[in-house]
Amino acid sequence: MLPIILLSILGLLVLFLGFQKSKNILLPATLLVLVITLIANFANWNDAPSLYFKGMLFENKLTMAFSGIVLISALLISALTRGFIDDEAAQPAEYYAIMLFSLVGAIIMIGYENLLMLFVGVEILSVSMYVLTGSDKRNLRSNEAALKYLLMGSFATGIMLFGMALLYGATGSFNLTALKSYVLTNPSPSVMMYVGLLMLLIGMLFKVSAAPFHFWTPDVYDGAPTVFTAFMSTIVKTAGFAAIYRLLSGSFSGAYTFWWSTLAGITVLTLLAGNITAVYQNSFKRMMAYSSISHAGYLLLSLTALSSQSQDAIVFYSLAYSLATISAFGVLMIVGKETGVRSNEVSENFNVFNGLGKKNPLLAFVLTVSMLSLAGIPLTAGFWGKFFVFSSVVERGLTWILIVAVLMSAVGIYYYFKAVIAAYMREGEGNAIKVPQFYRLVLIVTTIITLFFGLLPDLLKGLV
Amino acid sequence: MLTLSLILIPLIAGVITLLTKNNSAKQLALVGAAIELVLAVVIYAQFQSTAAQQFSFSYPWIQSAGISFAGGIDGISILLVMLTAFLTPLIVLSTFRQPYKNASTFYALILFMQAALMGVFTATDAFLFYLFFEAALIPIYFLAAVWGGEDRIKVTFKFFVYTIFGSLFMLVALVYLYYQTTSAQGHTSEISAFYKLALDAQKQGWIFWAFFIAFAIKMPVFPFHTWQPDTYTESPTPATMLLAGIMLKMGVYGVIRFVLPIVPLGLQTWGTTAIVLSVIGIVYGSIIAIQQRDMKRLIAYSSFAHVGLMSAGVFSQTLSGVQGALIQMLAHGINVVGLFFIIEIIFSRTKTRNIEQLGGITQRTPHLTVYFMILMLGSVALPLTNGFVGEFLLLRGVYESNIWLGAIAGTTIILGAVYMLRLFQKSMFGAKSAFTEHFADLSFSERAVLVPLVIMVFWMGLYPNSFLKLTEPAVSNLLQMIHY
Repeated sequence: MLPIILLSILGLLVLFLGFQKSKNILLPATLLVLVITLIANFANWNDAPSLYFKGMLFENKLTMAFSGIVLISALLISALTRGFIDDEAAQPAEYYAIMLFSLVGAIIMIGYENLLMLFVGVEILSVSMYVLTGSDKRNLRSNEAALKYLLMGSFATGIMLFGMALLYGATGSFNLTALKSYVLTNPSPSVMMYVGLLMLLIGMLFKVSAAPFHFWTPDVYDGAPTVFTAFMSTIVKTAGFAAIYRLLSGSFSGAYTFWWSTLAGITVLTLLAGNITAVYQNSFKRMMAYSSISHAGYLLLSLTALSSQSQDAIVFYSLAYSLATISAFGVLMIVGKETGVRSNEVSENFNVFNGLGKKNPLLAFVLTVSMLSLAGIPLTAGFWGKFFVFSSVVERGLTWILIVAVLMSAVGIYYYFKAVIAAYMREGEGNAIKVPQFYRLVLIVTTIITLFFGLLPDLLKGLV
Repeated sequence: MLTLSLILIPLIAGVITLLTKNNSAKQLALVGAAIELVLAVVIYAQFQSTAAQQFSFSYPWIQSAGISFAGGIDGISILLVMLTAFLTPLIVLSTFRQPYKNASTFYALILFMQAALMGVFTATDAFLFYLFFEAALIPIYFLAAVWGGEDRIKVTFKFFVYTIFGSLFMLVALVYLYYQTTSAQGHTSEISAFYKLALDAQKQGWIFWAFFIAFAIKMPVFPFHTWQPDTYTESPTPATMLLAGIMLKMGVYGVIRFVLPIVPLGLQTWGTTAIVLSVIGIVYGSIIAIQQRDMKRLIAYSSFAHVGLMSAGVFSQTLSGVQGALIQMLAHGINVVGLFFIIEIIFSRTKTRNIEQLGGITQRTPHLTVYFMILMLGSVALPLTNGFVGEFLLLRGVYESNIWLGAIAGTTIILGAVYMLRLFQKSMFGAKSAFTEHFADLSFSERAVLVPLVIMVFWMGLYPNSFLKLTEPAVSNLLQMIHY
């Protein structure tokens, strides 16, 4: 549990670095903290699974893999922040520190062994996100998004807490292992447990924006500064799914017959709502918001199946999705800023990419690979993500949901390709955009990893 | 190793082409494609006409799931490998007079396309096949959508979404079949392991449709053809040649490779439906072709009609039907590439593809007339040309399976002659028009493309056995598996 301690202490240090006159040190310091934490996270990779903090937290290869994905995403996103959150009026030290603190929440969510820790983790992550969403203080939409997120989020947290209380009432414990033995020893448990589980799930599904609890997503994603949209759509989602997976596979796999149909319904709804609404978006950023809903649907699909393939599928899918999303938002940030300078208004519509293939072949290529990966076209990591998810579903034999998912993947291609078409086939204005070396490096790294896992998925699969 | 090189050479040549300057790209691409052709000829010379897989290679790929990077060539793939290797250099050569912007990307995409096609035709692992099947779509999409005509964005997008949609169903079927297999290390995705599965009739029915939709969209078979005429018309001619000459064969090949041996019971139930759809495509495509004025569109519809006959022949599950489809794929690829090239020659000189505006070209162009005539007659399936052998075998196959459908399919001979002769007559004969006033005969590089094609027309027409004998053992072996 070194990462939690490191992030908390070093995060405080970063906060105090804000007293320095020069703000230039903040970004390197944050990156350094993240690199150290990442190393610490994987340092005891080969250790046996173990409990920490008086049995409140759990650590094994799976939690380390999820924490790794979260930390890598955070590292890449932080590297893209230069020039986006450290302008004159902002207080970048706070934002960097909050980002680091939010990761503590994410890691606790991933490694909880006790439902109370789950609650603590969710709250640390959510409160940080509320603040970061509203960090563009003079922007009305950013403020609106933060308030909306806070109100809806608190409501969901309340339901979640209620669910935990009911579970405690039914089983007498918050401990995952105790819950598991309760489920296994009581073939017909009390209704209270079912209601508690459902309410807990609803709260968690809200956090990962599954339909019908997704209505906050587009506005919040759209209003938040793009850096933090990327942060939300990768880190919150990965941590949220890790938490749900651990809950369902760890404690409630015995009650599969109870919850699978509910989850199946939500999955289908999420797939439909995310994909079909995404088709009608003119704003790339809003499209990405709906796409994040649809990807939540695919991850839920694998959870619904809960077969031997599901764990690998969820880990792989989360990584592939995070990488592609970071690339996409990275390109949007730099291109949107440039068009903003030209026309005095930062634009996030598809047409900002017009003519990108001619102006900046590299950015256009990065965007294309990321869109192909999100759409699940072969030779990218996204394809294998979908492949493993589909495999897990076929193994369980839920063919009818699979057909919905397949149809929705075809719909997905439609809206992802709008960006590719804009980049290569439409005429744009303006000159080549100057991309800082460092920024370029991050985009190249995400693209290469995406393609690499597209060719050799085996390196990751079966690792955890 | 030779087979792996077939995939790797165009890939490497493509990367090199991508990195070179625009003005030397086409020469480099031609060299790459020529090396590939030499390699294919070596394979052709060493190929034994037995039913066995030859030149196989296999590397572990996704070991934990029993998926390997494996390929090989058997009697069913040999002709398509040859076709791809033979046509690609000619397609590259056909562009020599026409400057394309961003040439290095353009030629690199053609070579990437070739690599993916080779992968499709040689893969012996189902998921590897799928990977190449979809990967082939990306270069051709960009070729058509970036360098195409006015309406290209919408048209090619439809093509892309349509085909991916179809292949997703195939992916589901493949994953399902994969979970039915058992081997020492769990499941395996070797295609030959799929052949050994004996699923019940209902499951086979579902899998049949999953495969059928994927391949029917690719070929295309009626009523999944609506993407095809527009895409062929709007694409730049080299992309059209790749689409019509080679890519459409991926669908027919897929049916022979997957549908016939894996779901025989599904075919028993649904085979006739598939033949009926194919035969509708033949008649429907031909009738529309007769009414076309745009030459490229006309050939597009004729291609739709021809592939309908191939599909009908394959679904008839007879030796002559499948053999006919294999030889006809080769013949059709050669003819259609030649015809599209001739249309491009006429278009580049007159700036029109409308046959009403053409005419009188023959008077100054003896060479063009002769080549056009030979290719046209090959497409009409005149005896002694390449089209005849395939069409005869295909019709015999359909006839053996169902007399009435055979009779309706037979109208392709008459209808085909009508639209092809109409095309030839309207464009080449008659009075000169304002567009054809100063029409120059073929240049050297244009002849260099057409001569090999014409040689093949006669070679296949006069001595088809040099191709049929390669495929026969593999085809009869495959059909024996069905009729167990």
